[in-house]
Amino acid sequence: MLSKRIIPCLDVREGRTTKGIEFKQNVDIGDPVEMGRFYYEEGADEIVFYDITASNEKRDIMIDVVSRVAGEIFIPFSVGGGIRTLEDMRSVLLAGAEKVSVNSAAIKDPEIISNGAEAFGSQCIVLGMDVKRVKPSAKIPTGYEMVINGGRTYTGIDALKWAKEAEGLGAGEICPNSIDADGTQDGYELTLTSLISENVNIPVIASGGAGSIDHIYEVLTKGKADAALVASIIHYETCSIREIKEALHARGVKVRMTW
Amino acid sequence: MIAIIDYKAGNLRSVERALKKLGFDCRITLDREEILAADRVVFPGVGAAGKAMADLRHLGLDGVLKRVFENGTPFLGICIGAQIILERSEEDHVLCLGLIPGETKAFPAPLPSVGDERLKIPHMGWNGLRLIRKHPVLSGIRPEDEFYFVHSYYPMPVSDTYVFGTTKYGIRFPSVIGNRNLIAMQFHLEKSGAPGLRILKNFCHWDGQTC
Repeated sequence: MLSKRIIPCLDVREGRTTKGIEFKQNVDIGDPVEMGRFYYEEGADEIVFYDITASNEKRDIMIDVVSRVAGEIFIPFSVGGGIRTLEDMRSVLLAGAEKVSVNSAAIKDPEIISNGAEAFGSQCIVLGMDVKRVKPSAKIPTGYEMVINGGRTYTGIDALKWAKEAEGLGAGEICPNSIDADGTQDGYELTLTSLISENVNIPVIASGGAGSIDHIYEVLTKGKADAALVASIIHYETCSIREIKEALHARGVKVRMTW
Repeated sequence: MIAIIDYKAGNLRSVERALKKLGFDCRITLDREEILAADRVVFPGVGAAGKAMADLRHLGLDGVLKRVFENGTPFLGICIGAQIILERSEEDHVLCLGLIPGETKAFPAPLPSVGDERLKIPHMGWNGLRLIRKHPVLSGIRPEDEFYFVHSYYPMPVSDTYVFGTTKYGIRFPSVIGNRNLIAMQFHLEKSGAPGLRILKNFCHWDGQTC
């Protein structure tokens, strides 16, 4: 049977890793290639590199990071952040990433999902979703609304409706990220995660809020996630990937235990 | 020199990177003479069977791969390269290379659930490998080692004599198949961490004999 995946997420700005606390106060914690290799050797099942470089001129730095990472780690890794066109996708995939993640660009232009899936295969296309809790309404029946611009702009799109639409367009995986929970280390948004997982037929990667091994256990069981993104909890050494996996294994969650 | 067949299926560079990391001389190529002269041949790839076969035929590489097999050159297939070595594929209903008798089949939909967990297709992620027959390329692989899979179809040889390892995802399916100097894996060994690199390294030292 498939193992549940533990996926470290590294935020990268201008070629250096950071970790955002609710998208503010970024703290520099090192070199992405070194960090990637460290987590690979620690037993990460996959790695996400999220480019938060603001300026377009400096985007080539990320491509260089991707190709250096690809020569060092031999597990799948994905690249997100700033992916707006088919050409953006092509350049990170050619540099050696296994997957690309699209987020706000897909809301503005959903065809990027179908075009990307057709050109590179659905397995390459991850839909990242930034979601905020709102009062349920006719327009947002689930009470989870899609947001863009780091959570500052509400789109009027219901998160579940968007997830299903993206699946239909050819997304291979979905990564719902709760802006409310992101960086708080108070636990994943379990309701959001299970809501999406139960209603799509592609893998769901939970994101935002991991602060303890219990949180990870909950989202992989109650939250019905196929994988869990982890950031602060491992970057700040609350626990290691090995410790997370040993604890999950001991509690009966199937995870990959040798590497 | 190890020839990596480039039939434009994408994802070829990751095999090249892994071989280079292990210190082996390799080249991505579609030159027939170079492929036929290679010490060993790796046939990787992702994508759909119909497109892959059409590309191979267009490049004149289908015949070259059959000759590589007949010449006894150690030959490694990965993912789609473990599927189109069979006689035909249910994906796009296409005739394939026929290096192993059998066909590539689609996972039955829906797959039987496990507990309250629905099994999604494609089969994507890390899964185990049950070794059912010894093979030099699989030496040193432990029962608990896992490998990275991404696929909706699986290889089904006509006889168990071609099956070296199986994996369970709703159903148990052949995930390592082989015939003489040909060995092929459904999983991406170039993306499967140390155990995957171990298989790749074993392949690079393999003489093409199964016993």
